[in-house]
Amino acid sequence: MRLLKDALARRGMSLVTALPGLLVLLIVIGLFLKSKAILGVQPLSRLLFSSAWHPLKGEFGLPPFITGTVWVTVTSLVLAVPVSILAAVYLSEYAPRWVRESAKPVIDLLAGLPSVVYGVWGVILVVPFVGNVLAPLAGVYSSGYSILAGGIVLAIMTFPTIIHVTLEVFSTVPLALRDASLSLGATKWETTRHVVLRKGAQGILAASVLGFSRAFGETMAVLMVVGNVPAVPRSLFDPGYPLPALIANNYGEMMSIPRYDAALMMAALVLMLIVLFFNVLASRILVRVERRVR
Amino acid sequence: MKAPADSRIARRKRTDVFFRVLATASAAAVLLSLLLILGTILWKSVPALSLSMLTQTPKGGFYLGKEGGILNAIAGSLYLALGATVLALLLSLPIVLYLNVYKGRASKTAVWTRFFLDVLWGVPSIVYGAFGFVIMLALGLRASLLAGILTVALLEFPIMSRAIDEVMRLVPRELKDASASLGATRFETALKVMVRQSAPGILTGVLLAFGRGIGDAASVLFTAGFTDRVPASLADPAATLPLAIFFQLGTPFPEVQQRAYASAAVLTLIILIISLAGRAMSRKVTRHVVK
Repeated sequence: MRLLKDALARRGMSLVTALPGLLVLLIVIGLFLKSKAILGVQPLSRLLFSSAWHPLKGEFGLPPFITGTVWVTVTSLVLAVPVSILAAVYLSEYAPRWVRESAKPVIDLLAGLPSVVYGVWGVILVVPFVGNVLAPLAGVYSSGYSILAGGIVLAIMTFPTIIHVTLEVFSTVPLALRDASLSLGATKWETTRHVVLRKGAQGILAASVLGFSRAFGETMAVLMVVGNVPAVPRSLFDPGYPLPALIANNYGEMMSIPRYDAALMMAALVLMLIVLFFNVLASRILVRVERRVR
Repeated sequence: MKAPADSRIARRKRTDVFFRVLATASAAAVLLSLLLILGTILWKSVPALSLSMLTQTPKGGFYLGKEGGILNAIAGSLYLALGATVLALLLSLPIVLYLNVYKGRASKTAVWTRFFLDVLWGVPSIVYGAFGFVIMLALGLRASLLAGILTVALLEFPIMSRAIDEVMRLVPRELKDASASLGATRFETALKVMVRQSAPGILTGVLLAFGRGIGDAASVLFTAGFTDRVPASLADPAATLPLAIFFQLGTPFPEVQQRAYASAAVLTLIILIISLAGRAMSRKVTRHVVK
């Protein structure tokens, strides 16, 4: 009887365990099936390379949205990566123990805040700051709802991801290596730069890639501050219209315009595939780092 | 005259100090950004925050600045996150137990499953939203609490599984062996030893997933719908706090925007409470853990 239960449980659990792999596949297939309709009207090349977005005329070019996403994401990374890595350096190399311990809940909390809250904060503080302070400084006009505002908000949202992974990587660098460097007369920073950062370089890369894919798919916070104008942006102060925002903004109309829903599902599929690629890349790098440490 | 060696040391020292200051400043900037966000949201919410806001559903003209509250969204969000979290736990526990009890931690199944869970963790919530929508159409569901719960459960379970797995991996082998040598089947070991031993980790995972679920907007946008009433059944559409915030902020009326700030403060407080409760509770549950 007990053995029977055990065997049943084993069977059942192994079935559930197949779910994660299956789900990845299902998402890709499901989105593909729904977006197939658009391929019948427009070849993939036009979808991916023509920048004409006129849903009413049946023209669905995704490039303005893809470039919008890339701009916002790259801006956020340029801001977030150096700050996150330096913060991780401080926490792992300089900070006294109690600071390190109490920093953990802060980072967790930052990671746990809902994206809408970031969005609201962005609208209250970051958008006016960009519009009234930074844009005049740069000598341009901007409403504030811009790539830069999206980038700043996103940067703060990606801090926790990058700091967390980087800290983990730093902790794998043996203490003896640091001591050896210090005992040769190197300063703390020289040790950090030549030993810790050098040893952790791949891990830092993986952390940044993870941050990239996190930022790439972020929807609500960006949507609220980025302006949402479907044109290829020319400067940081221009509004942009990232892919996730496109999907989220148009769910209302999507059933009323022919093939609009297929176009949006295609956008979701493109998003999924890009993020998938970067996640796999990051996890490959991290696996290699882990193996080397052992 | 200074010897060249001296000035080189001085320069190295200056560089050292410079980077120490820079690193400290970066860490401070991260901390400050959190304080700034919390401070701004709470500060801005003060004028609009009131009891009626929490205890009433929107009355007619609420989105034009008239009477009412956001009870519909608070209740909707709690139902949704609660349902999704229970469902996600029912998915996560079997997966994690299977990997840790039946399969070795380095087995192929375990490695691949963890990889897929990580991949799923990284899938943007808007993609879950779109996928949930596809599923809804396939099953013939309307936008409802049920559809929302299903979608959010899919979003939550990778997070929960990975969090629990991290803890369950640390359960010492000897404990499993001891249980087996007493004649327990592996299923009994799983339920009575592994689950209890990693109870704090399970709790952390559950709360982490709950927090993620209640704060997520993009995945429920397509699937849960929106309504001014508190949902009475699984088939009703359900309002959620993140969407309520989003819609209120999108109106052109300052009074309504003020309410968006207040709603954001409510959501932030819920998240803060979950996070603090998790810390306090996991300390309590730790008592049953064999060290």
